[in-house]
Amino acid sequence: MRLPFGTPKMGAVAEAGAGVSVGRPRRRMLTERQRAERKLAWMLCAPAVAIMALVAVYPILYAIYLSFLRYDLRFPDDRHWIGFANYTSILSSTGLWWQAFGVTVVITVVSVTIELVLGFAVAFVMHRTLFTRGLVRTAVLIPYGIVTVVAAFSWQYAWTPGTGYLVSWFGNSTSAPLTHQWSAIAIIILAEVWKTTPFMALLLLAGLSLVPDELLRAAKVDGATAWQRFIRVIVPVMKPAILVALLFRTLDAFRIFDNIYILTQGSQNTRSVSILNYDQLFTALNLGVGSAMSVLIFIAVALIAFTFIKGFGAAAPGQDLR
Amino acid sequence: MRSTPRQKLGWGIANVVVLVIAAVPVLWLVSLSFKDPSTLTDGSFYPKKWTFENYRGIFDQPLFTHALVNSIGIAIIATVLGVTFGAMAAYAVARLEFGGKQLLIASALLIAMFPPIALVNPMFNLWRQIGLFDTWPGLIIPYMTFSLPLAIYTLSAFFREIPWDLERAAALDGATPLQAFRSVIVPLAAPGIFTTAILVFLYCWSDFVFAISLTSTNNARTVPAAIAFFTGASQFQQPTGSIAAAAVVITIPVAIVVLLFQRRIVAGLTAGAVKG
Repeated sequence: MRLPFGTPKMGAVAEAGAGVSVGRPRRRMLTERQRAERKLAWMLCAPAVAIMALVAVYPILYAIYLSFLRYDLRFPDDRHWIGFANYTSILSSTGLWWQAFGVTVVITVVSVTIELVLGFAVAFVMHRTLFTRGLVRTAVLIPYGIVTVVAAFSWQYAWTPGTGYLVSWFGNSTSAPLTHQWSAIAIIILAEVWKTTPFMALLLLAGLSLVPDELLRAAKVDGATAWQRFIRVIVPVMKPAILVALLFRTLDAFRIFDNIYILTQGSQNTRSVSILNYDQLFTALNLGVGSAMSVLIFIAVALIAFTFIKGFGAAAPGQDLR
Repeated sequence: MRSTPRQKLGWGIANVVVLVIAAVPVLWLVSLSFKDPSTLTDGSFYPKKWTFENYRGIFDQPLFTHALVNSIGIAIIATVLGVTFGAMAAYAVARLEFGGKQLLIASALLIAMFPPIALVNPMFNLWRQIGLFDTWPGLIIPYMTFSLPLAIYTLSAFFREIPWDLERAAALDGATPLQAFRSVIVPLAAPGIFTTAILVFLYCWSDFVFAISLTSTNNARTVPAAIAFFTGASQFQQPTGSIAAAAVVITIPVAIVVLLFQRRIVAGLTAGAVKG
């Protein structure tokens, strides 16, 4: 699943409420007004808060609780508290978890890196194109909007021996790239990059439009090469937009599921942590271990977000970008 | 900056490259869906023998037709509910001052960050206990929940841009509060709400994780999940043609939305990411 929002509203909070109080009413009146405002605000937020609490917060807490149980649906009666045993067995074994974790990290790092480079390229193309901008924008929104499963099937058939056009162009008659670990991972990355580069490109394009033309012209007059202009002028100005784009894509890529499920079902050691988690829950039916994996994935995702926000100074959603 | 003719040519070629790369995987599915079963494994990019058989086939299968109805119904209901509740909360976030606002935003972020796969297991248990497993509400509820952070963030970005003073100006001109709201605020807020609805709809339309985990029959299974269960006409036949046709069918709404509303989608995606 994609991260369910494009980009957060940066700054809505910082400036919210400005323009509400008019003139300078007496202090007491302001207090009454504030009270009424608070009441209205909570009434408006109540449905959203109730839904999020019931549907998300409760299952999150329940998953944490389950992760401390021995709870295997094949042995439903043997269900008891075992502390951190699920975690230690996942983390200490040299088996599935670390394998899946490694695959996930490789897919995340490689695809986000490629997306950043290609995203810049596409953003520049859209930025410099005047007449056909609408056309290009429509074209890049197709991969963004298309159902991930649909796109994954397209790639799967393209690489299926006998059926696919790509395998007959790039492979030989006996090759079946989806049945070998590294070529399968490369195809998964290809599918991921194709699907999500547009998102990256559109965010970068928005940042690119903020780079003042005069600055670039001045740098050119001073003899800066195109590369120098890019590194010294464009990138610093765009840094906030780049970091936000990287943050959201990294969080999203780390949770990769749909593409792998369709392309390989996780065979040939191409499982991501989400696929492994799904297998634990629905194939192995081990709810305790599965829940512990869920919590570990969440911790990893939270660490990524924390690193970006604290380490690199990416704007946290709800903060002003500048 | 002015471009030389050579640069223009370069950008033109780059344009074409972007267009081709974006389009080819989609065209490939369209091509597969029109291929006659006898030519499905010829490896050609274009159908050598055209047929509508694949489309006729899937519309004869309840597995697909039910799934299509489920997809449309569930996505629309979840979008309407998610955007309505999201808009209410976003109005409060953008315009009102209240304690707990930061907490609301932080928890919305937490939910958006949470790996959906991790919610699937507790929900699967809970849904079976309370009878929501394999029902429409069983999918509408998680979609609505995961749409809320998106709706709140995007809409509060749009709402903050609205010149709310116009409401007061209309009131000074003698409009009743309802009139002012209807004829001034609603038209200004509508584009943002519409844009958010598009993004939320695209999310609900393409979800796969919840759809395969929380359904088991035609009752509530949506198309992305149903495709994964397609089988060929006989057990020796690959379902390639049917899958391609079904994939094309559920891409049509996406293509229409993108063609009609590309400007809005871009505005929604980048709302607030950068201030321009």
